[in-house]
Amino acid sequence: MTIIKTTYNRRSFLKVSTAAGGGLVLGFNWLTSCTPTPEEVLAMPEEWFRVNAFLKIGDNGMVTILSPNPEIGQNVKTSMPMVVAEELDVDWDMVIVEQAPLDTDAFTRQVAGGSQSIRQGWQSLRMAGATARQLLLAAAAQQWQVPVSELTTDQGVIQHVASGKTIGYGEVASLAATLAVPEEVPLKDPKDFKIIGTSRKNVDGKKIATGEPLFGLDYHKDGMLIAMIVHAPAFGMKIKSLDDLAAKSMPGIRDVFVINTNPERDERMMQTFAFPDMVAVVGNSTWEVMQAKKKLVVEWESASPQESSALHDERLEQLLTERKPEPDRKDGNPDAAFASAVKIVERSYSAPFLAHNPMEPMNFFADVQTDKAELVGPIQTPQSMRKMVADLTGLAEEQISVMMTRQGGGFGRRLYGHFGVEAALISQQVKAPVKLIYTREDDMTYGTYRPAYKVVYRAGLDADNNLVAFHVKGAGTHGSPIFANRFPAGAVDHYLAESFTKPSNISTGAWRAPRSNFIAFAEQSFLDELAEVAGKDPIALRLELFDRAAAAPVGETNDYDPERYAGVLKLVREKSGWGQDMPGVHRGVSAYFCHNTYVAQVVDVVMTNDKPVVQKVWCAVDCGIVVNPDAARNQIEGGIVDGLGHGLFSAMTFEEGRPKHSNFNTYRLIRHAEAPKAIEVFFMDNGLDPTGLGEPSLPPIMAAFANALKKATGERLTNQPFVQETDVLG
Amino acid sequence: MANFDLRINGERVQVDVDPDTPVLWVLRDALQLVGTKYGCGVGQCGACTIHLDGVATRSCLLPVSAIGNQRITTIEGLSEKGNHPVQQAWIEHDVPQCGYCQAGQIMSAAALLEKNSNPSDAEIDLAMNGNLCRCGTYLRVKAAIKTAAGK
Ligand code: FES
Ligand code: FES
Repeated sequence: MTIIKTTYNRRSFLKVSTAAGGGLVLGFNWLTSCTPTPEEVLAMPEEWFRVNAFLKIGDNGMVTILSPNPEIGQNVKTSMPMVVAEELDVDWDMVIVEQAPLDTDAFTRQVAGGSQSIRQGWQSLRMAGATARQLLLAAAAQQWQVPVSELTTDQGVIQHVASGKTIGYGEVASLAATLAVPEEVPLKDPKDFKIIGTSRKNVDGKKIATGEPLFGLDYHKDGMLIAMIVHAPAFGMKIKSLDDLAAKSMPGIRDVFVINTNPERDERMMQTFAFPDMVAVVGNSTWEVMQAKKKLVVEWESASPQESSALHDERLEQLLTERKPEPDRKDGNPDAAFASAVKIVERSYSAPFLAHNPMEPMNFFADVQTDKAELVGPIQTPQSMRKMVADLTGLAEEQISVMMTRQGGGFGRRLYGHFGVEAALISQQVKAPVKLIYTREDDMTYGTYRPAYKVVYRAGLDADNNLVAFHVKGAGTHGSPIFANRFPAGAVDHYLAESFTKPSNISTGAWRAPRSNFIAFAEQSFLDELAEVAGKDPIALRLELFDRAAAAPVGETNDYDPERYAGVLKLVREKSGWGQDMPGVHRGVSAYFCHNTYVAQVVDVVMTNDKPVVQKVWCAVDCGIVVNPDAARNQIEGGIVDGLGHGLFSAMTFEEGRPKHSNFNTYRLIRHAEAPKAIEVFFMDNGLDPTGLGEPSLPPIMAAFANALKKATGERLTNQPFVQETDVLG
Repeated sequence: MANFDLRINGERVQVDVDPDTPVLWVLRDALQLVGTKYGCGVGQCGACTIHLDGVATRSCLLPVSAIGNQRITTIEGLSEKGNHPVQQAWIEHDVPQCGYCQAGQIMSAAALLEKNSNPSDAEIDLAMNGNLCRCGTYLRVKAAIKTAAGK
């Protein structure tokens, strides 16, 4: 048991518990109110008592836990409440989960991004549950006139062992809600966890399987209009003239006008508002608005030069021929070490722009009135969206409420809430509630794309095939992919990392596992090539380097723990039976560390009709304590399929600023038949605090696949997407 | 605008819409049946899959005027209590991540099992290849179909 101080975020506990003392019944919001399942209806208590920002306890012992962070498919709506319920010590079957709205007083970091929800929420979620439990104990102690120390809890029931008395949480909840928050609360010893570490089903699983309204696009409010936008067809263009006569006279159309989300064309905002001015069409129904859009006659003109993919390629090539006066990191004397190396290996790798393409296109609901605004929809960063809406509507942030719906995928795209700003401006103009909907084409051609990258690796080996010099040089269209302090920094005496970047007016942003999603492929493919040249087993070579980094690390800052890194490699080596002879099976390995989590993968490729088929992926993960194991496996599987799919098939290219793909007929995503036939996941059981889970399984997979493919075909593929590079894959 | 008399989920409903309106938007906008999802509008993703006389059909490309007397089933009407074997298998395997594509996956899977109660892996791949899942739940979709196939 650990004792922690409750000072962190205590203001909110005090405020809410006193405000709600005496049995406040909080109305259910739209997202749950219209659709409680029959089981929920039966179990509903007559009265709810709000004990703190995270939870309400019903007079019958039911518990409502608010899930603070946006749910984008990473399953935090189940796993975060599980952590609260654990410390509260209730039966999970007695828990109802509700999405919390944006509430910066009550919660910290209501963001879905960087795989940080559980890692950063870990303490506050546990504390919320533990504090509530402590208040319930204090209430029972007061009622029975016994010391709190004589009381214990078990699954929602308080017991006084000496007298044999028991009482349910629901019966003391009204008193508990009036008590002062304790200064300190005990936390459970992880070995006593009953909920954390056990697989619990997605709390929205039944609603998803029965088609209940859950997503932003499903949101409806009476009197609501439908809005759509038309943005410039090419990056770097703006509106010259608009003829909206024909569109305005189409059936069901209410209004057509121009909005501007970045009137000053502030450069700093251009990565979010790449199309500051756009035409808004507002009408009664989606189909009518779609038809009216086609009738618009818009002339566009250049605002900045339009770029093509060929230009990006040239620029990146050019950058990589340069030498940086100030490298990101330099250890030893790389030039001298390369000069005296016996063997030198060099290889370059590249990857294109990628669109995020969450299955639910961008959309948002806004009802902006003169003195208040209501925003509802899918957003990974509600707080920053509210700020942008306040700036442009002239409302104060306190006048704006934001409710997050369940989100049909994020992958980073919903970090950039320009669509919420657009919805707000449109609502303000038409003085009515509107739901803004992007078509798939609007969505894919207004990306905050993963930037295109190129990187060159060079390694020098001595006469005994030891790695003595290492040089990595990376360039990107808006941001370099290099992490200078990641592996193999720290494991090589002479090391050099250089970064180059060239800005672009094509908006780019965070795409699931930013930068890692490319650099892991390049680095881990290169290490395989190095192992080949050195005549070493690829796992043995990596372990040798981790041993070195653990025993005598080079440099001051190395962003990884070599022992945990080696741990996942050893685990996957053992589980996959690495080194066994498996006729017809070609194996590749890869390992990467990002979002505080270590992942190692072995991919088994078999050639079927001359095409490579991923028969199995073995995946070892060290993310500390796993809150919800089966759901965690789902995330790991998803990251693997996602990484493989994009590396094999996907690319966004540009011609004169125009995105060349606008829908799934030409932008290829991985499909059922192309997914690996099996994925097996092994979690390291080390009891350490949880780390990221939604992103880390994606980065290593393409290298493991490329390394297996090299064995299968003799060819080393270095440019993504692979299907463009060779017809072997087809 | 024109009046259409439709048979949806076992009920008769009247709608007054432009005859070209795809069934997807009739369901979502006119009837508030939002379980059927919009993903691409061009027949590429399968999020909008419904059953037309029991056959899995993309509703985003299907004008309401082409329906006539055919029976439409949406995810909301697949079973009365949300307990179709495919829905149960989906919950058992905890298939969804974001969940957005899953209504379409379930409708395709249910139509497949209606025709073929014991599909092979290759048959599942073929029947399900038109349903994209951006979250990559394909392995669970397949596992859930196999579980449902036994029921
Ligand atoms: S929305 Fe119909 S197939 Fe994509
Ligand atoms: S579960 Fe997210 S798209 Fe399939």
